[in-house]
This record gives sequence, C-alpha cells and structure tokens, in this order.
Amino acid sequence: MKNKDKIIAAVNNLRWEMGENFHDSLMESLYTEASEIANKSIVLQDRKSKFDLDRFIDRIVTSKIWGFPLMFLILSLVLWVTIEGSNYPSQWLSYLLLDTVHPVLKSFSADIGLVWWLDGLLIDGAYLAMAWVISVMLPPMAIFFPIFTLLEDLGYLPRVAFNLDRFFKAAGAHGKQALTMSMGFGCNAAGVVAARIIDSPRERLIAIITNNFSLCNGRWPTQILIATIFIGALVPSEIAGMAAALSVVAVALLGIVLSLLVSWFLSKSVLKGEASTFTLELPPYRPPRVLQTLYTSLIDRTLIVLWRAIVFAIPAGLVIWSISNISLNDLSLAEHFIFAVDPVAIFIGLNGVIILAYVIAIPANEIVIPTILMLTVLTTGLAELGQGTGVMFEMDSLQDTASILTAGGWTVLTGINVMLFSLIHNPCSTTIYTIYKETGSMKWTIVSAILPLVMGFFVCFVVTQLWRIFS
Amino acid sequence: MQSKCENCPVYNEAHLKKLGIKMDNFDYVVALAGNPNTGKSTVFNSLTGLKQHTGNWPGKTVTRAEGGFEYNNKFYKLVDLPGTYSLLSTSADEEVARNFILFGKPNVTVVVVDATRLERNLNLVLQVLEITDKTVVCLNLVDEAERRGVHIDEKRLAKELGVPVVATIAREKQGINNLLAAIEEVALGRYKGRPKKIKALDPKISKALDKLIEVLKEEFPDTPNLRWVAMRLLEGDQSIIDAVNSGELSSLTIKDKLTVNNELI
Repeated sequence: MKNKDKIIAAVNNLRWEMGENFHDSLMESLYTEASEIANKSIVLQDRKSKFDLDRFIDRIVTSKIWGFPLMFLILSLVLWVTIEGSNYPSQWLSYLLLDTVHPVLKSFSADIGLVWWLDGLLIDGAYLAMAWVISVMLPPMAIFFPIFTLLEDLGYLPRVAFNLDRFFKAAGAHGKQALTMSMGFGCNAAGVVAARIIDSPRERLIAIITNNFSLCNGRWPTQILIATIFIGALVPSEIAGMAAALSVVAVALLGIVLSLLVSWFLSKSVLKGEASTFTLELPPYRPPRVLQTLYTSLIDRTLIVLWRAIVFAIPAGLVIWSISNISLNDLSLAEHFIFAVDPVAIFIGLNGVIILAYVIAIPANEIVIPTILMLTVLTTGLAELGQGTGVMFEMDSLQDTASILTAGGWTVLTGINVMLFSLIHNPCSTTIYTIYKETGSMKWTIVSAILPLVMGFFVCFVVTQLWRIFS
Repeated sequence: MQSKCENCPVYNEAHLKKLGIKMDNFDYVVALAGNPNTGKSTVFNSLTGLKQHTGNWPGKTVTRAEGGFEYNNKFYKLVDLPGTYSLLSTSADEEVARNFILFGKPNVTVVVVDATRLERNLNLVLQVLEITDKTVVCLNLVDEAERRGVHIDEKRLAKELGVPVVATIAREKQGINNLLAAIEEVALGRYKGRPKKIKALDPKISKALDKLIEVLKEEFPDTPNLRWVAMRLLEGDQSIIDAVNSGELSSLTIKDKLTVNNELI
C-alpha cells in the first residue's frame, strides 16, 4: 500500500520537474525513430512517373464541384437499379408464398380440422406476416446490399466522409460521424456501434443520437414502395421508376440534413464543445473481388437482416391477428385504438392506422406496410378484398395496394407524410437497446428515442398545414 | 518471396488447419493489431477460415473478433483487434486494442503493417514493442507497394526492429505460411532478437523514466513492461494510474490466465 502511494508521489514529482512537454517530446522520439527505421529499410526503385489513377479519381470524387453531384448520381443509380430490379422477383415470391402456399396451408388446416382461432393465428397471422416480409424484403436487399458492399470495398465510403467532413465540423460534430452515418444506411444498430471510432464522448453521443436519421434497410423498402405508388403515379409511366427513385434519394438526403441540424443543435446546447480534428485516410482504390463480395454480402447481410425481419414478423403477425379479432363492446382492440387517435393523427396528415402500425412495428420497421394494409382493410370494411379479419396483405400488384390505401382515405399527402414519418420517428427496439448498451445511460437512450418521434410529428404537421394552405 | 508449394492446398493443409470458431482448448493466444485498413481482417480470415466481412475503409472492426487455427499440432486462438494508429489515445477502440495487448497477455502479437505507408505504421509497431517483446510484424500489401515503386528490405527491417518481419499479400494468401512459421517461432520462444525500444531524445526524460522504473520495481518486481507503464504514468494516463492503485498491474505477471477487460464501456 505504502509503495503505491510512493509511486503516485514519485509520478507527480517527476511530472512537475519535467514540465509540460513530456508528451510532445516522447512523440517526437517516436516519430524520429519510426522515420529512421523506415528510411533504412525502404529501397526506392526507379520511379517511372506513372499516371496515378487513384489521385486522378480522387480529384474528381472529392472535388468541390463534382463531389456532391456524383454522390447524388451514384445513390440514385443504386436505388433505381434496386427499384427496377426487385419488381419481378417480388411478384414471383408473392405468387409462390402467398397465392400458392397459403391456400395449400389453409386447406390442409381445414382437412385436419384445426380450431378456427388457431388456424387464423398461425396461418393468417404468423405465416402470412413471414411470407410477406420475405417476398417484399428479400429482392431489394439481395440487390441493394451487394451493390453497396461493392462500393464499400472499392473504397468509396471514406470519400463520402471526406466530402461531408466540413459540414459535420460546422455542425460541431466529428467528421467520422459521416462514416457512422453511412453505416446507418445499412442498419442503425450497426451505425450506433460503429460510433466507437469517435474518440470524444461528446461527439460520440451526438453520432449515436443522430444515427436514426440514416434510412436503414428496414425502411428503404417502405420508402421505395410508397414512392412507387404515390410519387411514381404523378408522372408518365416511362419515367415513374426514376421519379420514385429520386424522391427516395430526396428523403435520404433530408435525413443527412436533419442529422446535421440535430448535431448542430445538440452541440450548441446540451452537448456543448468544439469539433475535434482527426486524420481521415483515403485508402487506395482496390478492385473488389466480386464473387467473394456477393457471397459475404448475401450471407452476412442479406440473410441475417432477413432472418431478423422474419423473427420479428411472426410474433407481429400473431399480435395483429389477435387485436383485430378480440373485441370489446363490438369493436376490436385495434379499432378502439385507431378511432381514439384518429382525430389527432388526421390533423397532422397521418391516420390512426399508420400510428398503430408504427406501434406494432417498433421491433422491426420492415413490417410497417403489411400492418398498415391489413388494418386499413379492417377499418374501411373492405373485407371482401382481404382474406378475412387480421390477414396481412400480399401485393399481387401495386394496383391492389394502391386501391386499398385510397379506400383508406390516403392521398398523395398521406404518402408523402408516411415517407417523412418513416424517416423521422423513433428507432427500432434493437437500435434503442444498442444505444442503451453503448451509452450506458437511460437518459440518453430516452432522448434518442423521443426526440426523433417528436420531430416526426412536427414535420408531418408542418407539411400538412402548408399543403392545405397551398392546395 | 515464396515457393510454388505455398499456394498449393495440399501443402497448406498438412500444416495449417483452420478451426473457425472452434477454439475451446488452445495452447497460444495470438493478437492481431495494426493501423486501420491494413488488411487485418483479411489476414484473420485466411488464418481461421472464417468469413469476417472485410471492408475498404478504416474503422471496419470496432470490437474484437476471435477465431482459431491449428498449426503443427498446436492450437492457436487468434484475436482480431480494432485498427488503431496508436495505443496512446483514449478512444474506446484504441482502448480495446491496448487493454488486450497489455492485460490479455497474448503469447504473440502480430502487427499488420501497410507496406505503402511504412513510416506511419511503424509508430504503432514501436508502441507495441514497448509493451511486448513477443511481436511479429506482418508486412502486408507488398504488391501495392511494389506497384508504387516502393520495395522494402524485410531482412533489414527485421534487424532494425529486432522482431521477425514477414512480407505478405493477404488478399492473395501469399506469405501466410511464412507468417505462421514466424508466429510459431515467437510463441515457442525460439526467436531470439533484441526488440527495439524507443530512445527518449531528451535526457531529462530518460532520467525521469529510469527513476520511476526503480520505484515501480519495488512494488511490481515481475511485471515485464515497466518502462511502458512508467511512460504512461508520466503522461498522466488515468487508466494506468487506476491499475497501479487497484493492484491490477501486478496481475500482469500472472502468465497463464487471460484477464481481459472485455467490455468497452
């Protein structure tokens, strides 16, 4: 014990004697040593003044003029390919899982005389929820993730970070937040964990709280679908796909802007401080090994994310079927909730169905759309369109979906608001749990969950009021 | 740089058995450190047969990943640490790397070095050498360096650093066998070298260091890396001051136990 005190005392004494330049002097020794060793062991070969392709590409993709338009173009292109490419496989899958397997299951359960509620709960609840998620989620993910991973392997992400760095700095946040934000475009929980690369606790917290504004892969399909139905319908069909893709890009960009605004707000108020500097290394462009990338992005990302969606869709299907079939005073539980929140919800340009769907979908954003469709049918008495109370809807064609939503009182405004609300609302439960694990603070976890939710309601409210004034 | 045999699966299989995540009984622990984006995860995958996603951007691995392999009938547990530029600063990922090398007491620490940026990468190597002598330098991406007209004399570098240096192209699985051989040599204690220690330029500092090491020796006679501890104490590193106070530093002398500060926060 005494020795320990002696050590601490000796340290304090010596630090006092040496003054302040210990760290710098030590660093200097380190750098000198490193540079001497490097010089001794590097043999420079005769350098042909070769054209440096990396530099050339970098000068374009990080240029002040071309940097952002290129980013915009690449993102639009990736989304457009995803939207156009996932159309047909989505239809095949829904034909297989919903139109073929579902009736087979139904007749099988009739043959073995399954009780009606067990039949409903298992086949119309759990199975349909799972089947719907697979048919809608799998195709876009199987296209989007490999392309995104190829861009990642190529070394494009650090260039994006480089382009965005000055904005984050101006917002009082860490430049590396651009990287964690990019991770968030895949999965917010992953983005929150990635914030560990940020040194200062203040900036790390800002990165964690604002990661929710990166559209995650649970929300891309929602955006793509609603944009295809409502935005694509506003323009001639030849350019519908492009218009839908561009509107999704606009939502994603809005997410970036909000991320910056909230970061700025936080660093000017509760999380005050200066942005710290850092060195961002632009790695050399490496030709991606396409086959391995396809393999890892299919196994690591697509299947894992899909599995997660299925795991959450099955209990959600059970819940939806139950609340639509358990009645209290002649109204189902779902209807009670929907009618109660309808006045407020419609005032801000949404409706009770959408709110309830978002409550049910807290575990996974992936299941928002099927839940909305099912609940809409339930409340508008469109029962003949559906296959019974509490059945999650399939998307045989976009036209069917569109007609259900229109019957539910949806307008272009509702579509736009749902796209906005899908971007700006509380993170999914996995992300919330991850935030708690990473920050260890209940307070900041609650802030990260509530702040975006309030903002989402506010944005929808403002958009609705403006829309009503100008139309 | 290598024989044709090395790329032949038959030859490789005889010596290296990739064990993936099966690593219950291991003889040695190998840590994989290095600057961000030097190909640590690629080296990790080619040794363990695992398919950790590798990405071309710094900061890919923020937590540690673990895997196992068997080489010449010995079982090795491989721990992939987050990429860091130094072991001095206090961000969470750097702390994971540093705590593991310091408290995890790996039998061998492999520092993966980007041959195209040798000088900057050496900063980390020198810091690792301050903590542990049992180090192997994996000089990766030598093909990229050659393309830029940079050739590195590995033998000279090994002599300067006092630890084995192995040139590799991890993406193409070249040089992996030499790396395994070097890991084995260091793990078994066969490699005899004199690892480089940082010379303090300022005589005042080296005197202060010597004084503090004397005091530290009384309390922690068996801790091998007291010089590094002294440096950190003089820098006012709170986590090391805490380790002195709690007596955790003396646990550094326990050889066979793995006491890792696993969690980040």
